[in-house]
Amino acid sequence: MNLVAILGGALFGAGVCISGMVRPSKVIGFLDFGGAWDPSLLVVMGSALAVSIVAWRIVAKLRTPRFGVAFPAPPSPLVDARLIGGAAVFGVGWGLSGYCPGPALVSLVSGVTAVFVFCAAMIAAMFIVELDDRSHHPDG
Amino acid sequence: MHNFTPGHAVVGGVLIAVGLAVVLIGTGRIAGLSGITAGIVRPMGGDRSWRVSFLVAALVVGALFELAAPSTFDVGPARPLWLIAISGALVGFGTRLGNGCTSGHGLCGLGRFSKRSLVATCTFFGIAVVTATIAGRLG
Repeated sequence: MNLVAILGGALFGAGVCISGMVRPSKVIGFLDFGGAWDPSLLVVMGSALAVSIVAWRIVAKLRTPRFGVAFPAPPSPLVDARLIGGAAVFGVGWGLSGYCPGPALVSLVSGVTAVFVFCAAMIAAMFIVELDDRSHHPDG
Repeated sequence: MHNFTPGHAVVGGVLIAVGLAVVLIGTGRIAGLSGITAGIVRPMGGDRSWRVSFLVAALVVGALFELAAPSTFDVGPARPLWLIAISGALVGFGTRLGNGCTSGHGLCGLGRFSKRSLVATCTFFGIAVVTATIAGRLG
């Protein structure tokens, strides 16, 4: 099972490096509609989403995962203030720096000070929320 | 449009999603990166080993890119350090309250047409565009 996670992580790491998601200047080039707009990130998300849709179709045809216990339960339909507020706060943070969690963590290997500052603040904030809220979250 | 790199975007996007799909199909886990990170720092334990394995593998591959092609990464921050720190805290709080980030909601959740993930993704993308556009005007 850990070998599967290693393979998945390696592919993910290569993907964020090749796509340019690890470069905040490129991410902001997409998010900032006022500058020289770069649509690359839209193509990254679109092609990745196509693969994800196929992956869930494969899951629907299988009974149990080969190296696991069960597939995730169907998604909760609950849309509440916590979901929208959290997503909005994340959006402000992402728009300010151009870093989202996965690419930021992979970028630690570049040794750039700002990445360490970002990841330290992000992990500290996650830890505080986890201290306060130990309920299990289903959707990742 | 002069920075548009569609070829790299398609190859990279497919690799990102295949990485998440390998974990989903193989183990039944949703590999959202904020969920993985929070699952490692969560005090009450849980299954850390697959999460650590995933992250370490991603960082090792990142290190190979740093060695072979240093231009993969930016050399400096796009914003002042104090703003980077605030941004990190907002991303940490927001992804845990909203229960997912670009990978968990934007790819895994949207891939199975989850209403929650659709609402979350539209919200964080929209707010990020507004924030980055305003921040870009303020310099």
